Amino acid sequence: MAKSKTTLRYEFLKGLWDENPILKSLLGLCPVLAVTNSAINGLAMGLATTFVLLSSSIIISSIRNLIPNQVRIPAFIVIIATFVTVADRFLAAFFPLISKDLGPYVPLIVVNCIILGRQEAFSSKNSVFRSIIDSSGMGVGFILVLVALGGFREILGSASLFGVTVLGDWFQPWLVMILPGGAFLGLGIFIGIANWINDRRARA
Amino acid sequence: MNLTTKMIVVLTVLTMVAGGLLSYWDGITSPRIEAYRLEQLKQAIAEVLPDHESYDEVKADGMILYIGKNSNDPEPVGLAFEAIGNGFQGKISIMVGISLDFKKINAIKILEQLETPGLGTKIVEDPSNKEDRFWFPNQFKNLITEPQIDVVKNIKPGKPNEIQAITGATISSVAMATILNDGIQKAKSIYQLKVQ
Repeated sequence: MAKSKTTLRYEFLKGLWDENPILKSLLGLCPVLAVTNSAINGLAMGLATTFVLLSSSIIISSIRNLIPNQVRIPAFIVIIATFVTVADRFLAAFFPLISKDLGPYVPLIVVNCIILGRQEAFSSKNSVFRSIIDSSGMGVGFILVLVALGGFREILGSASLFGVTVLGDWFQPWLVMILPGGAFLGLGIFIGIANWINDRRARA
Repeated sequence: MNLTTKMIVVLTVLTMVAGGLLSYWDGITSPRIEAYRLEQLKQAIAEVLPDHESYDEVKADGMILYIGKNSNDPEPVGLAFEAIGNGFQGKISIMVGISLDFKKINAIKILEQLETPGLGTKIVEDPSNKEDRFWFPNQFKNLITEPQIDVVKNIKPGKPNEIQAITGATISSVAMATILNDGIQKAKSIYQLKVQ
């Protein structure tokens, strides 16, 4: 077991379930709650966050030996903020409608604790290659939960998925699901199910 | 190199590289962002003004009046302006097309809003109304603005200056009327001062 924890495969897969940033570590919940009112917004937010996570990890792990320990946090923040601005401007220029929907939550990726957390816990201590694997896993885990939660809320709240109507006229949309309350309900249910599965696994 | 020097050098180099990268990226993206904003504005003006070939801009007091014109007609067809005010949660910005005497709205288009999804956003589009998803903004077509735009609840509007509020989003509905009333007053005084 101790050995398998350090394989590259595990380094990637841990982000999907065992150390999933949202379901397990409960990190970066602010964008998770705020922008998952539709699947497409969840996907866009997940991709933007993963882009920042991956780019910052590559830069930070490659210059990790040059950064003095005392100024590592400001250095990380400068690098992360740069990539966040790049992503924000990219969305505004090429996907203006999505950029409008996500509003202030793209600039707020700067303070997303998943990103700074991974730099502190992983990229500043591991090689570039391992950091790429680690952040890709974390990014994919983040995207999956965001899209699933966004889809869940969109189906119940707007009777559609990725903007396509999936439930007929018989279904009265639960407005609350696309309001902030629905975000808490949805996330609570997701984390509850994840804990239940883990619990059963541990007992088995 | 001692530690202090190293810290200064690392942070300076890092921020300089970041600054350089961002200014390069800004050069690529800002023309596109600006072009999109202008395109949206032009489209909104075209939607709210009656048929016109071109428009003149008159700037005053932080407001721009867009005066629509046809080459073979000495009289302008109408004018448009952007009215901005507080909605339920954030700013609502509305492009208003209105007659030259400011008595009748031609049409409106909402440029920006941060209202509650599913309730307040019905000021833009109401997917739950199968007959007319745009019933709320459409109410402003040919609406009389004197003595002022009024909001009625739960009944069909009886007077030509009334609009019906959205059920569950009264504040957003009333905000729309208030923003328009204020904007029209302001635009009217600018027009009378600068153009006439």
